[in-house]
Amino acid sequence: MNITRRQLLILLPAAAIAWDHILAGTPEASPNYNMTDHWWGMLMDITKCIGCGSCVRACQLENQVPDGYFRTWVERYQVTDWNIEYPKVDSPDGGKSGFPPAKEDVGKNFFVPKMCNQCADSPCTQVCPVGATFVSPDGVVLVDQKYCLGCRYCVQACPYGCRFINPKTETANKCTLCYHRITKGLTTACCEVCPTGTRQLADLRNPEDPIHEFLKTHSVQVLKPYLATRAKVFYYGLDGSVR
Amino acid sequence: MTKFKDAGHLFRLAAVFLVGVVLFLIVRGLLVPKSFGQYGHYRGKAIAEIAALPVSYAGHQVCEGCHTDVLDVKSKGVHKGVACESCHGPLAKHADDPASVQPEKLDTAKLCVRCHEANMAKPRNFPQVASEEHSGDAACNSCHQPHSPAMTAGVSQ
Repeated sequence: MNITRRQLLILLPAAAIAWDHILAGTPEASPNYNMTDHWWGMLMDITKCIGCGSCVRACQLENQVPDGYFRTWVERYQVTDWNIEYPKVDSPDGGKSGFPPAKEDVGKNFFVPKMCNQCADSPCTQVCPVGATFVSPDGVVLVDQKYCLGCRYCVQACPYGCRFINPKTETANKCTLCYHRITKGLTTACCEVCPTGTRQLADLRNPEDPIHEFLKTHSVQVLKPYLATRAKVFYYGLDGSVR
Repeated sequence: MTKFKDAGHLFRLAAVFLVGVVLFLIVRGLLVPKSFGQYGHYRGKAIAEIAALPVSYAGHQVCEGCHTDVLDVKSKGVHKGVACESCHGPLAKHADDPASVQPEKLDTAKLCVRCHEANMAKPRNFPQVASEEHSGDAACNSCHQPHSPAMTAGVSQ
């Protein structure tokens, strides 16, 4: 077969494009999991939280979160009488090893678990310059570890302080709502180990999910609703002092 | 009006421009992953990659498949809502290979206080004790059965 120089010049780029398509292949689908059937969120019943830190430990073990960094953490609030603008808040080591007794025996004391609020209009995904973070079709805010540059825009953009730069990979890291678990029919690691039922994974697109009955009969709130992030972590029993 | 003399220059310029555009499209085709833009402005394949990560916590349904004796005790007690791995730790490896991976023995003197040490930030109705005056250094399981911890009749709570 004779190929002229002209033909070769035309063929080479075509072959390169074809080879790229072969390498990329088709993305593997999780069996029996259809992204369009789900819209994930979570319910936090903070009237039940005992500040044991089980969720923090489980999250670190499940997701290999480095020490000193947190995808979820627990805060303790101490509010004296009417002074809800100035609560005392502490979270020793993210609440991982529980909480020591409060220094002063005053006011109202309670725990608040925090994590990524899985916003449907998330500020963090909007600022990414390379398309490395996104809201998945089933409503989970994820980070593409292979695409992230580690530029830290998203870390600054999150109004809830839920992102960090993993010191090992130098890429943005955050709660994935245990995406590797929920797509396999399991609940998240934090919800699995929560001993009091404070945390409950919620599939807002599944009419059978008990979340719908709960939302119908209880007053719930999201964090910083004035930011209109359309957060999907709903807090029951949230005090006005919580930021 | 005379005909523009050097029209050839324009054609050559257009040809260079066209080559540039084609070259850009080829390089772009090589560098941008195929699944980019599949669902939005991101690499669609990343979703499947994250979903394929390994699981550490097997989930209580898996434990209950074998440890039915524990389930029978636990389901009658106040710890019925507490998942196995809440106390025993992540044991997906044990579930995959029960013979060679064994869970650690737990020290109840340290374990139980993680939840039950008295703290005024805990909900009032949650059972809590000041462990030092309640039991000193004694292991909790010398009196309580952890899978169903309420004391039976005859022993005051």
